Amino acid sequence: MSVLVNKKSKVIVQGFTGGEGTFHAEQMIAYGTNVVGGVTPGKGGQTHLNKPVFNTVSEAVKNTGANVSIIFVPPAFAADSIMEAAEAGIEVIVCITEGIPTKDMIQVKEYLKGKNSRLIGPNCPGIITAEEAKVGIMPGFVFKKGRIGIVSKSGTLTYEAADQVVKAGLGISTAIGIGGDPIIGTTTKEAVELFMNDPETDGIVMIGEIGGGMEAEAARWIKENNRKPVVGFIAGQTAPPGRRMGHAGAIVGGADDTAAAKMKIMRECGITVVESPAVIGKAMAEKLSVKA
Amino acid sequence: MNIHEYQSKEVLKGFGVAIQEGIVADTPEKAVDAAKKLSELTGTTWWVVKAQIHAGGRGKGGGVKLAKSLEEVKELSSKILGMNLITPQTGPEGKLVRKVLIAQDVYYPGASKPAEFYMSVLLNRSTGRNIIMYSTEGGMDIEAVAEKTPHLIFKEEVDPKTGLLPFQARKIAFNLGLSGNAFKEMVKFVNALYTAYEKTDSSLFEINPVLKTSDDKIIAVDAKVNLDENALFRHPDLFALRDIYEEDPTEVEAGEANLNYVKLDGNVGCMVNGAGLAMATMDIIKLSGGEPANFLDVGGTANAERVEKAFRIILKDPNVKAILVNIFGGIVRCDRVAQGIVDAYKNIGNIQVPIIVRLQGTNAEEAKKIIEQSGLKVLSAILLEEAAQKVKEVLA
Repeated sequence: MSVLVNKKSKVIVQGFTGGEGTFHAEQMIAYGTNVVGGVTPGKGGQTHLNKPVFNTVSEAVKNTGANVSIIFVPPAFAADSIMEAAEAGIEVIVCITEGIPTKDMIQVKEYLKGKNSRLIGPNCPGIITAEEAKVGIMPGFVFKKGRIGIVSKSGTLTYEAADQVVKAGLGISTAIGIGGDPIIGTTTKEAVELFMNDPETDGIVMIGEIGGGMEAEAARWIKENNRKPVVGFIAGQTAPPGRRMGHAGAIVGGADDTAAAKMKIMRECGITVVESPAVIGKAMAEKLSVKA
Repeated sequence: MNIHEYQSKEVLKGFGVAIQEGIVADTPEKAVDAAKKLSELTGTTWWVVKAQIHAGGRGKGGGVKLAKSLEEVKELSSKILGMNLITPQTGPEGKLVRKVLIAQDVYYPGASKPAEFYMSVLLNRSTGRNIIMYSTEGGMDIEAVAEKTPHLIFKEEVDPKTGLLPFQARKIAFNLGLSGNAFKEMVKFVNALYTAYEKTDSSLFEINPVLKTSDDKIIAVDAKVNLDENALFRHPDLFALRDIYEEDPTEVEAGEANLNYVKLDGNVGCMVNGAGLAMATMDIIKLSGGEPANFLDVGGTANAERVEKAFRIILKDPNVKAILVNIFGGIVRCDRVAQGIVDAYKNIGNIQVPIIVRLQGTNAEEAKKIIEQSGLKVLSAILLEEAAQKVKEVLA
């Protein structure tokens, strides 16, 4: 058991032969991820990194039995790649691409309804199940095996949190980077739910940021269903309203999507909210020792 | 990306949205010519002189005035052009007005009473669908309406499979209390507006007010159009509407160097890799007793060249009393980043403010050594808590 990906996952890389795809596929293989091939339209039949290249995702699925895909396709074509993966029956689609137009993502979201695919991202670092499979761009060595799950909208802040958790004497079961765009495939609440149901996860770190209502939604769900300690942090307490902070989705539009408002709701729902991102690991260690 | 009112109206008009007509001008003389031409085209005998800046609340700041003669057009234009317009949205420093829109008077008397509505189109993030939000309470601050009379704000969500359906446009017109010709005009207006939103890949339309004129026309008197920056690659014509005078010059410079920089008002600068960690670093600065002077994401490749550029940009701000560099080296090795920082520091030469460098991740220990042995006035840290403590000490 583990969340979303494990050592049995058969992973293909869309945009396999491009610069990003090649670099990160190599890193993923080095980590031990079971990469079974890749897709680059027009390059089917070739071999890349000793793995077969296919023209289409469905061809790749037919020949390799792939059930997970990671996408490194430029923003103008990424939405199409996600839908192609879903059509081919890929169960977990991880889209790393940053900068996909919102209109394209509205279409993707609609397309995925009723399909048996879960999308992670876009504009995310991916998923890692420690010491089993890395389907993403994160530095693998940071994520030492343990029993804490991490869900986060941002990349380097996820690594920061994982590093702190490990240094606090704990470790990571799976970390999911859900992405910082206005429309993403898997919400904070859905990721938290996966961890609540995972027997290999004892505690959850939930990292959000300004913009949108996903953290509040997750917090309300946690209040109703809580069985494990949750430590939360919201980045952007000092961000001014109306300014986009790097991520397309990180913008304070109304009173409800400020960091303060989100932190308040999270506290009211029983989550241990830290003001400083420097004490995420410590807070989780304290929570678990109190419980034990 | 924001565009001006006059540009927004041109874009909307291109999709058949009825607007308050106007002609833009950048001198008082051209403003008078514009007024004359506008009278020929529309028959208007009064004109509205509207300052063109990227901020709302222009009327409150004295940037929108009614002129009842060509002399007044000239007089008001000379006053508004070149003025430093301060509105609730510009901040206390205000914005220089470089252009005025000479617009037709649309509040003329007639058979029925004019009425003002509010209408916007935007993404509902929780459903991943677009909504049309509208209200009978137009011409005022919509956030105040939402607070005082939330029942007067209506929403219509659009199914991406079908697009806006005719009954939805009718519902909007009915909810706004319209009938007869005004009703028909509103249905047309809503349809054209939503089409424009979709076709331009916009992320926000705000029309406040939408006016029902005394002769039952429905027109956009003001227009705010915000374009999805991620989609501009397929709209070169819209990208051409960018006005860099409306942007912070340092932010423009940073953007050209592919650095994601947002200027803020504080005293501690920061340089970080990743947007989420950058926001978290700003929060750390605040918790350590400072105020963040900026948001700056150097991205995945924090090499010497980029680090130097980032330092130069942060140092342009005279309020910066200290700089916190926070890099989590994953794929990027910390020792390389450290060497980049040392080189950049030496190249710039006369950095007077203390710099705290926190490098964590791959080869963090080696990086710390490089910083400490460089002999530079740079404090180094590995843990985030350490870095926070050092910011506190420097500010004390």
